[in-house]
Amino acid sequence: MTRTEPNRSSKSDSENSGGGGGGTTAMRVIVPLQGVVQGRGGLFLGSVIPCAFFYFLQFYLKRNRKNEPDSGEPSPDSDPSSGSPDPTRSQSVGNLTELASLPRSLSRILLSPRLSGGAVSISGRAGCGLKGGDSPYHVGQKRVEEDPYDESGNPDGVIELGSAHNTKMDWVSEDPGEAISDGLCMSGIASYEPSHGLIELKTAVAGFMSEATKNSVSFDPTQIVLTSGAASAIEILSFCLADSGNAFLVPTPCSPGYDRDVKWRTGVDLIHVPCRSADNFNISMLVLDRAFYQAKKRGVRIRGVIISNPWNPTGTLLSRENLYALLDFARERNIHIISNEVFAGSVHEEGGEFVSMAEVVDTEENVDRERVHIIYDLSKDLSFPGLRTAAIYSFNESVLSASRKLTTLSPVSSPTQHLLISAISSPKFVQRFVKTNRERLMRVYAELVKGLKELGIECTRSSGGFFCWVDMRGFMSSYSEKGEIELWNKLLNIGKINVIPGSCCHCIEPGWFRLCFSNLSERDVPVAMNRIRKVCETCKSQN
Amino acid sequence: MRLIVPLQGVVQGRGGLFVGSLIPCCLFYFLQLYLKRRRSPPPPDSDSTELPRTSSRSSLFTRGNSIGRVRVSSRASPLAKPPDSPYYIGLDRVKTDPYDRVTNRDGIIQLGLAESTLCFDLLQRWMSENLMDSLMMQSDVDGGFDVSSIAMYQPFEGLLEVRVAFADFMSRIMGGNVSFDPSNMVITAGGTPAVEVLAFCLADHGNAFLIPSPYYPGFDRDIKFRTGVELIPVHCRSSDNFTVTVSALEQALSQARKRGSKVSGILFSNPSNPVGNILSRETLHAILSFAQEKNIHVISDEIFAGSVYGDKEFVSMAEVAASGDFDKSRVHIIYGLSKDLSLPGFRTGVIYSFHEDVVSAAKKLMRFCSMPVPVQRILISLLSDTRFIEEYMAAHRQRIRDKHFLFVEGLKQLGIPCAESGGGLYCWVDMSSLLTSYSEKGELELFEKLLSVAKINATPGTACYCIEPGWFRCCFTALADEDIPVIMERIKLLAESSTS
Repeated sequence: MTRTEPNRSSKSDSENSGGGGGGTTAMRVIVPLQGVVQGRGGLFLGSVIPCAFFYFLQFYLKRNRKNEPDSGEPSPDSDPSSGSPDPTRSQSVGNLTELASLPRSLSRILLSPRLSGGAVSISGRAGCGLKGGDSPYHVGQKRVEEDPYDESGNPDGVIELGSAHNTKMDWVSEDPGEAISDGLCMSGIASYEPSHGLIELKTAVAGFMSEATKNSVSFDPTQIVLTSGAASAIEILSFCLADSGNAFLVPTPCSPGYDRDVKWRTGVDLIHVPCRSADNFNISMLVLDRAFYQAKKRGVRIRGVIISNPWNPTGTLLSRENLYALLDFARERNIHIISNEVFAGSVHEEGGEFVSMAEVVDTEENVDRERVHIIYDLSKDLSFPGLRTAAIYSFNESVLSASRKLTTLSPVSSPTQHLLISAISSPKFVQRFVKTNRERLMRVYAELVKGLKELGIECTRSSGGFFCWVDMRGFMSSYSEKGEIELWNKLLNIGKINVIPGSCCHCIEPGWFRLCFSNLSERDVPVAMNRIRKVCETCKSQN
Repeated sequence: MRLIVPLQGVVQGRGGLFVGSLIPCCLFYFLQLYLKRRRSPPPPDSDSTELPRTSSRSSLFTRGNSIGRVRVSSRASPLAKPPDSPYYIGLDRVKTDPYDRVTNRDGIIQLGLAESTLCFDLLQRWMSENLMDSLMMQSDVDGGFDVSSIAMYQPFEGLLEVRVAFADFMSRIMGGNVSFDPSNMVITAGGTPAVEVLAFCLADHGNAFLIPSPYYPGFDRDIKFRTGVELIPVHCRSSDNFTVTVSALEQALSQARKRGSKVSGILFSNPSNPVGNILSRETLHAILSFAQEKNIHVISDEIFAGSVYGDKEFVSMAEVAASGDFDKSRVHIIYGLSKDLSLPGFRTGVIYSFHEDVVSAAKKLMRFCSMPVPVQRILISLLSDTRFIEEYMAAHRQRIRDKHFLFVEGLKQLGIPCAESGGGLYCWVDMSSLLTSYSEKGELELFEKLLSVAKINATPGTACYCIEPGWFRCCFTALADEDIPVIMERIKLLAESSTS
């Protein structure tokens, strides 16, 4: 048999080769390694090298096609030779035929591109995104949209205690039209302005941020990048700080939005680091450290830790010591810190001291400053969610210049920029605004806590943000996530109140709920309390 | 034996044993090396191996230089560097020294950015008359201005009113032959995010779109950066006036598939950017049936649909898709107001898709790039003011036509021809006569000379992946009439200096 003759069957093949042993069979097929097999390495090297080769190929394919549902798997009937009955086939042959089956199955797909014939398919990742709509967080939001509570118009509607909007500040008592048209001279709206924000706006935002942190630190406008909303700010940072397949540590309970903002498009993973009620949900460095090593052991690369301050959803403020400990942790592990300070201007506790991460690193060396990135949201503190403007404040020049370019994909429009410039450029307005906002939050919070206490419901002490973290463990039918969702269902359907269950915030202990009170006026609090009481009573009677 | 022939010759031939084993080993070594590089390298030993062992010890040294600088992700680092595409280089250079008729007569004239100032007077008038009312829409209802109408969270995909207004507006500028369904529409914060979101929804990381070249240089950044989708240029030639042919598409597709990349769609702009030609109904039909045959998507970027000034009629892909012969669900259209209404600052884009799943996925992605509500309010009243829109569109088209005529005439007098075009805010200029060498290098040299000697920023064809050297995109709609002679003078001087 000449070498160019077609390979009819592996059986005849092995006969022709004379030896009939496994090794020689392998030799016939594996021409590239023939030298090795015949040489001193012999069978062993001849099979180890292709094995290793194949392993790495698989590994590589897996890494690169993560999102494809039907990645490198050869179709079952792909390769006739792999089904060859020859018992003497050595391992290397097996591997090699599998190796060969990869490109072949691919080419077969190419041959019949019309095999699906019917509807064109959308991308796998969009499909994943589509399915993501049924968490309680979004179900609740939908219900509120369909049937919102209104004191006079729809007193039976669902009360929104779920999403952290601040709706009761009527800050634009000044004429907004005038503000916009002042800024909107034609050159302002009609030409391409930098998508990461005009310097005037950045200066104003820096001033506003300083005001929110009680002027303990001054922000540099050139380190600000404006984006359309906090969601895109977090996404852009995730893009810049981590590659696909890397991960961030997130102490939980955390903001329910991270699952979408961080993971969806960037391919970055979140590793939840549980905090417990016994510690009053404070971050423990030990647990953070352990999570870091566990991830590392699994081969996951941790690129940073995401914290929020004031903490979403518990409303606690991180102390200066806490922040220093975090910075030390990040320094030791050489990772980034994303500090989500979207509620910085909404610290409502009397005497509550908010310390920005910017203040902590202000005196540090550059090496440390470069790992700190702060997210700030104008729509939260200004009670203007429709504006959709947020800021990234970073000390890292590469991150800044990369995110500036990425803002073309989530730009702040000129009318918005000019509206904001005229609104927050006046320090007097900003001061007054922050003060009124705080006072109002303080009042509603006090009302709410009082009301809950009367019902025998405890909550953690909230010092900032629009929410409190309520302990309803006593009302669950079973101490589990299922019990929590049941209770949430009752609150939504019987009580007509939309709250966020702890499981959405990845809280490890069931029975905690996030209540946002910023949507409520003081008059609404008793209504909400009555509804909660109704639900509690039905729970109690069942128990 | 039939399976793996590559090294048979080597083994049997003179190389024998040694080469036969060396080559696979080398290959394997390089594979490892490649994999290692692809996976961003682990942090330097200082922290990865030393620190974990004894964290107490490491904290003693934290202030020392054992701690390296923290790294950004490997996908962000190319972004952080200065741009290398002539398109962005030119735009950046103009910012440092922009031309001004009065104050900076020696500055760089911007021909690289497709923006229009032709109808500012009309817009200005409308804004000054209606801006307040449009924002305070609600005020008529309950007497007082209700800030929550603009300040509240609203559906991310855009208010229903704004989508209805867009549907009307789009069908109006596209000749009224096609109607758009507001429920298939998603409003985005600009055309750029619209393209990116569609790329996300239609293709997975590593998939590819076919794109007739020359194409808009911004696509490279907008599409490839975050989505990981590849763009495969399908080269068009000046002999066809840069119109794409199905046979070229076919060839590119089969080549791409041979290489193992999965093609998920065709992306093209109509009127094309940068050439400015308009695809005929027949071409659109051919593209769509090609896509149907191969079962891939079609993305039609129609952002210049209202900036058509030639005699040729503009036909929207939506119209062809609705003709009934095709499976509509593969057709997706991108539109925006930056060009046709000269409102780039408003950052307004639209995704119009016939595929239900794409619409609902895009709606969810809008949390990253939704349009602010105050802007939506302004647009609702602007787009529903049909009298103004009619007047504006007529003036817009007429003024582009005039400016185009002036610009092309000026070039013609210098002996510089332009490709035939019927839409867009630019023309596609053949400067091959000014090249010192007919190659990409020659073209980039000319670009550099235009920029630093003649002080004109035009986008060279290489940035648009044009295979024929010497073509430049020149945007003329931000020029005043009196600027055109200045430009011609500068080009003339350059031409004379290069020939002498």
